Amino acid sequence: MDVLERIKQQVDENPVIIYMKGTPQMPQCGFSSRAAQALQGCGIEFAYVNVLGDPEIFENLPRFADWPTFPQIYINGELIGGCDITLEMFQSGDLQKMTKEATAANQQA
Amino acid sequence: MDNSERIERMHALLNDAFQPSTLEIVDDSHKHAGHEGAKGGGGHFNVTIYSAAFEGKTPIQRHRMVYDALGDMMKSDIHALSIVAKVPEQDS
Repeated sequence: MDVLERIKQQVDENPVIIYMKGTPQMPQCGFSSRAAQALQGCGIEFAYVNVLGDPEIFENLPRFADWPTFPQIYINGELIGGCDITLEMFQSGDLQKMTKEATAANQQA
Repeated sequence: MDNSERIERMHALLNDAFQPSTLEIVDDSHKHAGHEGAKGGGGHFNVTIYSAAFEGKTPIQRHRMVYDALGDMMKSDIHALSIVAKVPEQDS
């Protein structure tokens, strides 16, 4: 499968997914670490892809959504942003709301 | 290009694109030196930018505008960029 199709499938199949450097347990970059912590703070299940372990995704994700850096957080297949925006939304409470709605809708489907 | 040249270049590009009322760029690279994610070279920078150009834009649109303005620098010179992009507060 083409790498862009593979990414498309991942963001479609997982209501909340983070592309990050490292894993939530062993993050390899402060930005990825903080974004993953915010998602964990939402108390929802989320998927992650360690881009350092998948060179093809590492190379191609920036052009998938025209966003140049990692991490990237997708909710319902749509890029919501990187670390700064995710933290901003966590502080305002929007991230908790959006992720809860997305995961709840997914369980009903 | 070293990081002070990179900051100069970023200042020029962002001033051109947004005529900001406030523009601060801080080199944050020392905090991240040597970690696995930073192997590609490139600096870590924090940008604080206030511009009327961000009026009515969502956070993701503001970030995209900044990335677009920096263009090719995002590919090699900048490894990570923390952005605070706001509309300047109006004088009362």
